[in-house]
Amino acid sequence: MTLLAPAVAAPPRAGRKPRRDNRFAAWLFLLPALAYIVVFFGYPLAANVVMSTQDYTVKSFYTGEAPFVGLANYAAVFGNPLFSTAVVDTVLFTAGSLVFQFGIGLALAVFFNGRFLGSALLRSLLLLPWLLPLVVSGAVWRWMFDQDHGVLNAALRAVGLDAVPWLSSTGWALPAVILTNIWIGIPFNLVILHGGLRAIPASLYEAAALDGAGAWQRFRHLTWPLLRPVTGIVLMLGLVYTIKVFDVIMVVTGGGPANATQTLTTWSYRLSFQDFAFGQGAAVGNVLILVATVFGLLYLRSAKATLAEAAA
Amino acid sequence: MPVARRALVLAASAALLAACSPSPAPTTSSSAQPAGSITELDYYADEQGSAAWQKILDACAGQTGIKIERQKVPTSQMLPKVLQGASSKTLPDLLFTDNPTLQQVAATGALTPLADYGITTDGFYESIVKAGTYQDKVYGVAPGVNGLALIYDKDLLAAAGVQPPKTWDELKAAAAKLTKDGKYGLAFSAIPSEEGTWQFLPFFWSNGAELSQLDSAQSVKALQFVTDLVNSGSASKSVVTWNQNDVADQFVAGNAAMMVNGSWNLARLDEQQALHYGVVPIPVPQAGAKPVVALGGEVGAVPVTSGPAQQAAGKVLSCILSEPTMLQWSKAHAYIPSKTAVAAKFGTEQPAMQAFVDEVGSARSRTAELGEKYPKVSQALADAVQAALTGKLPADQALKAAQQASGS
Repeated sequence: MTLLAPAVAAPPRAGRKPRRDNRFAAWLFLLPALAYIVVFFGYPLAANVVMSTQDYTVKSFYTGEAPFVGLANYAAVFGNPLFSTAVVDTVLFTAGSLVFQFGIGLALAVFFNGRFLGSALLRSLLLLPWLLPLVVSGAVWRWMFDQDHGVLNAALRAVGLDAVPWLSSTGWALPAVILTNIWIGIPFNLVILHGGLRAIPASLYEAAALDGAGAWQRFRHLTWPLLRPVTGIVLMLGLVYTIKVFDVIMVVTGGGPANATQTLTTWSYRLSFQDFAFGQGAAVGNVLILVATVFGLLYLRSAKATLAEAAA
Repeated sequence: MPVARRALVLAASAALLAACSPSPAPTTSSSAQPAGSITELDYYADEQGSAAWQKILDACAGQTGIKIERQKVPTSQMLPKVLQGASSKTLPDLLFTDNPTLQQVAATGALTPLADYGITTDGFYESIVKAGTYQDKVYGVAPGVNGLALIYDKDLLAAAGVQPPKTWDELKAAAAKLTKDGKYGLAFSAIPSEEGTWQFLPFFWSNGAELSQLDSAQSVKALQFVTDLVNSGSASKSVVTWNQNDVADQFVAGNAAMMVNGSWNLARLDEQQALHYGVVPIPVPQAGAKPVVALGGEVGAVPVTSGPAQQAAGKVLSCILSEPTMLQWSKAHAYIPSKTAVAAKFGTEQPAMQAFVDEVGSARSRTAELGEKYPKVSQALADAVQAALTGKLPADQALKAAQQASGS
């Protein structure tokens, strides 16, 4: 940053071309952010795209030599039977996590919006999952899911139900990691939605109550529509966070058993760091980036529409 | 002069960018730095292993007069870290990594032959030398090796009137008999990674299967044997999610009467006053056959850095490989010394280690046949084990799929 000092310290050409100088100053202020974006997002992104067209091996890291192979890595990835598994798992994981995180988060936010004794304390306790390192939460859930000695199955047995092979069956493992991720994601939804609820003027509710609206009607016709901008942000951020979840799955199941919880992220890691097919790993990563970008753009469009609506 | 000023800013920002991007300049430990100190990288991140390793490094730092700056990373971070170092030319001067990864690193050209530092492999187990050899040159040598054996709870076996099993039939019968009261007869790890493959290989190799053909009759039989243990309830279905630490936890908690595990866990078992355990070699398909386990352990290697640093690293490695240090490390971390003569002496001194010492003689290097191709085959095999144990595919089909995946 000191490198910029001479430019800033140069004597101002006062009054000469004020408009031009203003524009210039604006760019100057943007520069650090721009540089940051280029270095930490642009460069890795471009490098990842390039890597996905190369036969990148362990050797390439040292020698820098990686022959270009065109779209061969994409062909290999799309032709791999694990691709469809990973796509389906990613969709199920993301959709399942979002629906329940949001639903439960919203219910809790509405609940805590009412003032009662200990509300603040309870609310801060509910943030705990968010504050814990993901590896810790993942490890604890893995314990709880244990088929023979886990607390979840102990609870099921206590009420006379059969134990569930949470992590050892290909059918249950995905619901298990989704459950873990829901638990981790609830605080985020709760906090943002709670903030959104606070922004709704109490007078509206008083008016609605005077008009004889019941609790459900107040939620349906006041809370829900007024919360819509916040809902959009929560769901969109949730989507982008969830689609790239890696550590939770890695800690709880490692993508197994028998690839039952292999998502695009875990598969990309596996291709890169277990099979050493870095080009293919990069290709999977790019597919993921593309999907996230599409949703990001959709969000920007809807946000623009909302803003226009608000301005009108 | 707005134009000139703009040019200046552009130049400044370009400099800023250049400063932020990875510099292709040679490593900082180049000839400018005296070789009085070196950097070292290992993955002994667990408390016991880390403390034991630190003692070894301290001892060798004292002996050679070379300061050792140690870096440790979790096992899973090892290869990414090494690759990072390789691409930015900031490799450590001395590297200790799991022996099957050595082929990958050596293939990059980032390692130097140990003969350059006068390090010879005379008297070492042939299998560990093979694991450290890439294209006829030795790039890595281990101070100690390890393998898997069958560890059993003496009290539980005595109560059930069961002898420690020597063959597969005996293992099956013993595991079935010991499975009761919510306890399983046997525990092992079958997670979908190298750890899972490593735990399956003793069954695979002891039955005569080869990594070059994953779907051979011998291989199918081995996988079927393990699958039957799970399907019959003698081992928990959770083995597909247990790593070797989890397996040790289950054993210590008394949830399993026998386990397949490595010597490095013995210190943990010794901590349990109430636990009386015994160790026997992994049961074999037929009586009289020799168990073939995969050889484990970390090899020391000297990456290409700079002349003085490489020489210093070579000196430290020689110290670590000397017999007294080898013995000290083996005792502290329950490894087997990698020199045959030292190991024999060690086995007689440490009865609990004798079974492991016996097995090292016939142990095989995982990468000897396949070299750099090993990780892909290993991953395919781990997938097959998972598919069979979860009932997704029958053993023969799972292995057929693995052979296809590893061959492509």
